[in-house]
Amino acid sequence: MHDTPDIADRRDAVCVIGAGASGLATIKNLREHGFAVDCYERETSVGGAWNWRHDRSPVYANTHLISSRPLTEFPDFPMPDNWPDYPHHSQLLSYLERYAKHFGLGEHIWFGTEVVSAVPVGDGRWDVTTRSTGGGSSRVQRYAAVIAANGHNWSPAKPDIPGDFKGQVIHSAQYKDPAQLRNRKVLVIGGGNTGCDIAVEAAQQATTVWHSTRRGYWYAPKYIAGRPADQVNDRLLKWRLPLKMRQWIYRRTLALTTGDLSRYGLPAPDHRPYESHPIVNSQLPYYLGHGRIKPVPDVTRFAGGRVELADGRGIDPDLVITATGYAPRFEFLGPELIGTEGDGRPDLHLHAFARKHPTLAVVGLLQPDAGLLPLAHWQSVAVARWLQLRREDPVRAAAVQQKESARPVSSWSRRQVVDTRRHWFEVDHIAYLKSVGELLHEMEPAT
Amino acid sequence: MTDLLRFDDWTSPVPPVEREVLSRLVEGEDGQPPLLFVPGPGLGAWAFAEHWLAHAAGRGFPAHALTPRADGGLRAHVHDVVQTAASLPRQAVLIGHGAGALVVSRALGRYPARAAVLVAPVMDRWATLGAALKANPFGTLRSRPRLNRKQLFSDGVDAEAYLARMAFSRRLTVPKETPRPVGRPPVLVVGSPDDRVVPRKSLDRVATHYGGAPLLFPGMAHALMLDTGWPEPIDAILDWLTKELSAGS
Repeated sequence: MHDTPDIADRRDAVCVIGAGASGLATIKNLREHGFAVDCYERETSVGGAWNWRHDRSPVYANTHLISSRPLTEFPDFPMPDNWPDYPHHSQLLSYLERYAKHFGLGEHIWFGTEVVSAVPVGDGRWDVTTRSTGGGSSRVQRYAAVIAANGHNWSPAKPDIPGDFKGQVIHSAQYKDPAQLRNRKVLVIGGGNTGCDIAVEAAQQATTVWHSTRRGYWYAPKYIAGRPADQVNDRLLKWRLPLKMRQWIYRRTLALTTGDLSRYGLPAPDHRPYESHPIVNSQLPYYLGHGRIKPVPDVTRFAGGRVELADGRGIDPDLVITATGYAPRFEFLGPELIGTEGDGRPDLHLHAFARKHPTLAVVGLLQPDAGLLPLAHWQSVAVARWLQLRREDPVRAAAVQQKESARPVSSWSRRQVVDTRRHWFEVDHIAYLKSVGELLHEMEPAT
Repeated sequence: MTDLLRFDDWTSPVPPVEREVLSRLVEGEDGQPPLLFVPGPGLGAWAFAEHWLAHAAGRGFPAHALTPRADGGLRAHVHDVVQTAASLPRQAVLIGHGAGALVVSRALGRYPARAAVLVAPVMDRWATLGAALKANPFGTLRSRPRLNRKQLFSDGVDAEAYLARMAFSRRLTVPKETPRPVGRPPVLVVGSPDDRVVPRKSLDRVATHYGGAPLLFPGMAHALMLDTGWPEPIDAILDWLTKELSAGS
């Protein structure tokens, strides 16, 4: 172009940000729909959060899947069927590496390159500024669309606890190895899956373990009657049992397996089953029963060597691990583009499509009650088909857009959850996949 | 919608088995995608190892053949094909023969193959049953249907030796609908007008479903890969593949 000599025009190519699980699926599905793709990855290898070599990877030595293999694998590239029900994080990484190699995705990825900004330039196109993570000059290229698959489990959300603490405080992102816990007095803050996993590891390694949770949760076992719990749960969904009945079965099942945990001093759940992100941990109740994990309420302040609790008690850990989750971050996008003004919560159709920019989407920004990969796969198929329809049949694309924008948020998002940041992207995998399926159906190529 | 909601896989995964895969690899593997040959449940990987695997490898295609699990249903066979395809280093070309073509046609709804070839596909419920009844009424009506030498082989093939290696299993139920292949791979249908298992009409119907016409090899019997004229169809398949692959890239 004569007027912008310093901007390389990539014409119909799509820019994908991130080469983790969601980014890889996005590259593959865009390629299958005939798009040229440039993917930018700031690390030097694929795998994103699942690659333990990456600085921002949240995995620790003993991380295993929380959802079972069939509910976690890509629908078009299954994990080996002789793998365990709940594979180790290193298996997941090798799976993603094989996926990238199998579909020849590597040649579309620019490693060690981060996206500094993506700015709309009108007519749906984007100027994307990239820079080598090793430093150096930046470069601007023009793309037909931008798909952010930058993950949402890498920027630690740290609790604001007043006072000073003499001991060590780390976020769960910095917890890597059980040796960090050995022979120490450990306080784990947070009742999510990570908090529970680390509390269990601490129970096996540390001298004393306190586990601080703000509210009571439903702690589901990993196995029910010899089957992975999520596979049993999906049977109830397959039979289309109403929510009330599923909640009743859930309570009965937990009564027979985990049992009543208030006996150990844990608060009773303040919400019904299915109203919070599922917590799956068979070992936590075991160590509560052996006195290795002492449940404590919320932390109110640090006071030198002591930690003060909401019930007025004080404890004296020498290591505090805050398993308080992660915050989504999109520094390369202006807040008005995805509606993150205010509290930083993006406002996207199906948690994926920017409402005012038809060529901007986010893939993988979900917190499902199952594995993320299948949902990210179908999201990226929907994104690819949408961009294809927009290119080939703008009139129909406009009709689809109009119809979709009228779809109520409650039809695809789980609204009946405890209202916290943790549940911003909470979806029911069945309801969500149904909605994506309907969108795919609307965009079906006319035959 | 059933594409997205896979309750069968989520609630009762197919039990894993040891799978027999025979392979002929290519030195310095680059260029061509791997081929995965899938026979019907009566035959094993050996049927392709006889001639076609080595021939394909000789032309630069790493070639693999899968033996169907004993007494598996259609769902288990499809699972095995997708598992084996996903275990290969690169996106595979699926080549199914007989009832193996039926299995491949289902697998194409699950796995984005690089390309697919359906050889003498048994995918047309009534047409193939009618043809089998005409050629071999007693064998066809057994609970584990048998195919005889006249159906499978032309003259000059050592039919007895091959028949002795065959394992006859239950007939696979042919579902009404054939799924649309994911990833839109090119699909070729290959057969013989003189096949006594798959009638010509049936070849046309299957090929039309995939938007093409069948590639025909007159004079050959159902088991094209074991026939005396075996080089002709495999060469035609590899020629087609070479052309499609260069067009697609």
